[in-house]
Amino acid sequence: MLLSLAPSALPIGIHGIDKRFGAVSILSDLSLDVAAGEFLTLLGPSGSGKTTLLMILAGFVRANAGSIKVGGEEIITMPPHKRNIGMVFQNYALFPHMNVFNNIAFPLKQRRVSAAETAERVERALDLVQLKGLGERRVDQLSGGQRQRVALARAIVFEPRIVLMDEPLSALDKGLREHMQIELRNLHRRLGMTTVYVTHDQREAITMSDRIAVMNAGRIEQIDQPEALYARPRTKFVTGFIGESNFIPVECRNGSVWYEDRKLHMNDSAPPAGRYLMVVRPEKLRLVPDAQQAGVLNMLPATVGDVIYQGDSFICYATLRDGRQVTLRDYCRSDVLAKLPAPGEPITLGIDAQDVVLVADQ
Amino acid sequence: MSTENSLPISHRQRLWLYLLGGLVMLFLIAPSVIIVIMSFSGSTLLQFPPEQWSLRWYQSYFGSVEWRDATIVSVKVAVMTAIVATPLGTAAAYAINAGTLRLTGAINALLTASLIIPVILIGIGTFFLYARIGLNNTLTGLVIAHTVQALPLVVLTVLSGLRSYDMNQEMVARSLGAGRFAAFFQVTMPQLRFSIVSGALFAFITSFDEVVVSLFISGGETTTLTRRMFNALRDQIDPTIAAISTCLIVLSIVLLSAAQLLGRGR
Amino acid sequence: MSVGSASLDHAGRPDGVLNADALRADARRQALGLLALLSPGLFLVFSIIIVPIGWLFWLSLFDETGQLSLANYARFFEQASYIKTFATTFKVAFVVTGACVLFGYPLAYMLSQLPRRAASICLIFVILPFWTSVLVRTYAWLVILQRKGLINNWLIDLGVIGQPLPLANNFAGVVIGMTHIMLPFLVLPLYASMKTIDVDCLRAGMNLGASPAATFRQIFFPLSLPGLASGVVIVFVLCLGFFVTPALMGGGKVIMWAMRMEQATSLYSNWGAGAALGVVLLAVTLALLGLFQWLLGARATGVWSRR
Repeated sequence: MLLSLAPSALPIGIHGIDKRFGAVSILSDLSLDVAAGEFLTLLGPSGSGKTTLLMILAGFVRANAGSIKVGGEEIITMPPHKRNIGMVFQNYALFPHMNVFNNIAFPLKQRRVSAAETAERVERALDLVQLKGLGERRVDQLSGGQRQRVALARAIVFEPRIVLMDEPLSALDKGLREHMQIELRNLHRRLGMTTVYVTHDQREAITMSDRIAVMNAGRIEQIDQPEALYARPRTKFVTGFIGESNFIPVECRNGSVWYEDRKLHMNDSAPPAGRYLMVVRPEKLRLVPDAQQAGVLNMLPATVGDVIYQGDSFICYATLRDGRQVTLRDYCRSDVLAKLPAPGEPITLGIDAQDVVLVADQ
Repeated sequence: MSTENSLPISHRQRLWLYLLGGLVMLFLIAPSVIIVIMSFSGSTLLQFPPEQWSLRWYQSYFGSVEWRDATIVSVKVAVMTAIVATPLGTAAAYAINAGTLRLTGAINALLTASLIIPVILIGIGTFFLYARIGLNNTLTGLVIAHTVQALPLVVLTVLSGLRSYDMNQEMVARSLGAGRFAAFFQVTMPQLRFSIVSGALFAFITSFDEVVVSLFISGGETTTLTRRMFNALRDQIDPTIAAISTCLIVLSIVLLSAAQLLGRGR
Repeated sequence: MSVGSASLDHAGRPDGVLNADALRADARRQALGLLALLSPGLFLVFSIIIVPIGWLFWLSLFDETGQLSLANYARFFEQASYIKTFATTFKVAFVVTGACVLFGYPLAYMLSQLPRRAASICLIFVILPFWTSVLVRTYAWLVILQRKGLINNWLIDLGVIGQPLPLANNFAGVVIGMTHIMLPFLVLPLYASMKTIDVDCLRAGMNLGASPAATFRQIFFPLSLPGLASGVVIVFVLCLGFFVTPALMGGGKVIMWAMRMEQATSLYSNWGAGAALGVVLLAVTLALLGLFQWLLGARATGVWSRR
């Protein structure tokens, strides 16, 4: 272990955070627990309050009420420099008047670490972020990716209890961003620090996180592991924000769920009576060639609108009987490709019982 | 066209504009140039260009106890003003920039009041106040009065520096374990040094060149150079003043160049 | 996981007020900290500028016998000398402001059209005088304009005139000296605002068929008006309260507002009269600035600097 962070990783307990700017409520009664060593992402559109929450954790924004406990210790009124939290900003905020070494040594200098130990720890941190030998570089001589790594090294070199990151990859171009996502993920696995990560990029969140908290209008809509969040979203907002999906209005009565006059099969037990939206991801929809063969499948008759060939996959736009358009996506396996429907052709769309997910129709 | 902001109008078509602009520039700079040249004149008559050259007016300036004392007073007051106004103005600019206080507008207005209020009124008011608290004809009184005049310049200069500074840096410094003061002195101030030093230079020159308030509140042993010059000009036109003026012009050039160089070195 | 779950914290209080008092105290502490940074500057400005002016204003409300009266203000309308002072002051302010516009606009326009390097060199011609002592510049104009000054000497030597022209110690001298001092106050904000005019607007204008002159008249000039207005207001307001140059170059014949104030207080020790003049001057200044702010709104940010 190069930097031994795992033993000192601490859980974070956030309770009842209220934040108002004047009459505008940014966060209301927000609670959230982050396990020790967990990589948790706050995902949401701009204005959802995710960055505000991060700033409250770091101590740069003051909540109106609430509690933040790190390993059981209340830190809500603690000044930022005593919180022992590493922070990476969106624009990195490297100190331009210091070289790379001094940037990374900064937190150690504040903690009065001896020169020898500082040198050693900075070297290790540089090594960890794959910038060995660049200590003497000036900040303005670095590329975007290198700056990002310096900011990261600076935020972890003092072995903080928690690391906070505010959209740290958003300034990088796509290829580098995807590369850094994996690298950050590996670094987290290696060091095991409790990490709270903010992003508005759902793909990034899914790639990197242990759990994702989807935020909307100052509240947490759902918090779950990426797979669960994608497969079983609990609200229309979460569904829409993560991935693409078809919304098909359904009704629940007498303990079962109905789409028009068809009873739907589902693994979950039916919710209380009322109107719902069935969430169907495009890749969960299937073209059913022969309606007789399909046993447990829920089947929806539709008409093909357009088929778009995309090389590895194709997209089929189809219109249900009620006029609603749905999207279907599948890979271009030869068996599928052989039976691609033509525009105007009537087809049957199939949904597995386990893929039937209902959300409230707001 | 070669430049980023010019239109396809040839320089010849603009000749009249360059001519007019050049004349106005000449109008602006000529008096200073004439004074500098005349300060080396050997004659008491006003001739331009001078027929003989000498340093007699500089000798007369540096040889005169009165002029020398007045200069020393002015330098002392200007240095003290810069020393007092710079930290006060920097602190105020920092607080204004933090912007979390209510009444920021009112605070701004108050701090920059001396730019808007007619200086003659400030002069009379200060004299009136000092007469009651015994600060007239004192160095302390001059420094305080000049600090009030210099403060808005320091505040505005530092504020403009702060506006182009990324406050995330101070935040990150604090998250990395630096307290408010450590973060300011180790991270923010090194990057604001140009603005702060410019502010200090402006404070110095504001004090050194200040006339009206000094006319009211300086006198006796604390007569400033500007007050002595003003009185001398009221009486007769002494070529010694040309030598003094040249020194003041050189001072302005040196201070402005210093500010300029600092700006480039940033 | 406790999303919106517990509505009570560990102590059993409602979540909404958890640590609210401690946070409020923390906020107050921070506000006090910022106030502490501001307070030395605010205290100085308040005690050196605001208090004496308020005190003077109070004094101006009493006549020489100590009775509450508006005699100090009534004097302005009754005594011809005061009326003449105001007339002179406004006349000087108008003429100087007009001269500044006349000379300053072409200079600022030229500066804005020059390549960056040439412009920064030419700008020295504006900034250097700006930072040169008002006294030095007034002295220079005295040397140049007075009876036996440079211009009269030259003109007589050249035989153009027989008698020296009265250039200094009169209205003309005051106007020339003040124009020189005020010009940078107009050019600098005007130049700054001209630099922000989008060249593409002008290119579009020419592209749409406007001649260079028409482009200037219909596009550039209207866009430069806010900058010009802020320069004009600054110059006019500074002129109203200007002291040094009229005092030295007016030859006792051109009595401006500020000189009247100085006479009232220094010469006659009549604080009430001086104070009343100051109060009215301040009121006029603030009214003009307020009017300007109101007319131009947020764009009304000029280059305010020293006198």
